[in-house]
Amino acid sequence: MKSNLKFVSGDEAVALGVRLARPHVISAYPITPQTIVVERLADFVEDGSLKAEYMHVESEHSAMAAAMGVSSVGARAFTATSSQGLLHMAECVHYASGARFPIVMMNANRSIAVPWSIYGDQRDSLGLLDSGWIQVYVEDAQEALDMMIQAYKVAEHPEVMTPFMVNLDGFVLTHTYEPVEVPDQKQVDDFLPMYQSTNKMSMDEPKSLCFSTSPADNQEFKYMQHKAMEGSVDIIREVDAEFGQVFGRYYHGMTESYRCEDAEAVLMTLGSVTGTVRTVVDMLRAEGHKVGVFKIRYMRPFPQDEVKELGKLGSRVGVLEKNISFGNEGTVFTNVNSVFSTLEKRVESKNYVGGLGGRDITKEDIRGIFMDLLSKEPFTERVEFIGMGCDTNE
Amino acid sequence: MRPKVRAYKRPSKISEYPSAPAFESGHLVTKNAGWRTFVPIVDPEKCVGCLRCYLVCPDGVIARTENNKVEIDYDFCKGCGICAHECKVKAITMKKEADEDEI
Repeated sequence: MKSNLKFVSGDEAVALGVRLARPHVISAYPITPQTIVVERLADFVEDGSLKAEYMHVESEHSAMAAAMGVSSVGARAFTATSSQGLLHMAECVHYASGARFPIVMMNANRSIAVPWSIYGDQRDSLGLLDSGWIQVYVEDAQEALDMMIQAYKVAEHPEVMTPFMVNLDGFVLTHTYEPVEVPDQKQVDDFLPMYQSTNKMSMDEPKSLCFSTSPADNQEFKYMQHKAMEGSVDIIREVDAEFGQVFGRYYHGMTESYRCEDAEAVLMTLGSVTGTVRTVVDMLRAEGHKVGVFKIRYMRPFPQDEVKELGKLGSRVGVLEKNISFGNEGTVFTNVNSVFSTLEKRVESKNYVGGLGGRDITKEDIRGIFMDLLSKEPFTERVEFIGMGCDTNE
Repeated sequence: MRPKVRAYKRPSKISEYPSAPAFESGHLVTKNAGWRTFVPIVDPEKCVGCLRCYLVCPDGVIARTENNKVEIDYDFCKGCGICAHECKVKAITMKKEADEDEI
């Protein structure tokens, strides 16, 4: 295969991936740190390298409403957002999944106000975990580009027909530069042909879309949505495997396990922090500590089989997340423990919350977590905020 | 062409539901005019066939007849009175529903 390496940011990688997926319409409203995605796509439409309609809309709510309009005639839609923008479009986010429109959206994970912050954490998308969208969290720019292509193939699968959100950590991933292999357009076209939807308006077969139902029928539609999302697990695995065969990059489906087999302590991660944790795992392994990292790629559908298998290994498990559900614990932790609760043998687990509002999660922080997990001392607290800048007892 | 009321068979299997909340347009499963209080009556002698009422009816229940006059589908007319209000030759009058037993 001819190599086509480009040195680009995470946002630029997303734009390159979207161009390869050939959406008919891009409806977008700029927001930091997503802006570069829609700026580059505007450039591509302007220079003719992407034959798409570029719709300037007045808000994120309109961006998603427009994307639904596009999808409702069976065309391919793309939009991108972040943080407050995602929350502003929240009504339409649920609407799109209920309507079974396979829209693909990039979300730059960013903190939620207030305190106002443009920096990253994952509280925006995790707050919409119940919106009926498939959610993947990528680790680097290459995975971001590749997932834009996989996203459409999964979302548009006739048994899935569910919108797909690709999440990138704000700044840490959206604004850092990496060499990225850009696939060949012809190969992408073969991998991702234009889809044919029956869930659309047409003159030949007039349909009323997004109808109302009385309580007598509503729950059946929600049941079908749930089953389609559950069933998408198999499609996600198939599409990733096929992508690996065609393009030479395989992401291990729902999760990626690294040095977990014999580990006494495993740290679960979401997104770009995985790379740092992997480095610390190698450092600690070199010192003789049995540690591993388990990267959760998909939060919806949730990787129940993979998390269950990890739980059976008998290691102490930490869940590191840039998120907190105030008054309870991190939502990733809740989801993981829900799966662990199905196992006969209890898994000792602890939640590490950090990186909120863009705070760095350092190698030292991660080393500290592993030492806590390896100590074999009973956990004194279920949820620990790591990297606090001051004494929290005074 | 007016849509016809067709009987609704409640699905007994989940596979009988459409996969998305979308279905063939114009699939009417019930008549819908129960809340009408005033009913529009067209006087064919006065009607000049301008079709203004046909254009403004928000429920699309006014149809053209062969002689280029109009006919109201009372199974779906809600009695809003826009047709009567807009008719320039006053060929449509609103009458109390209870007084119009012939409809």
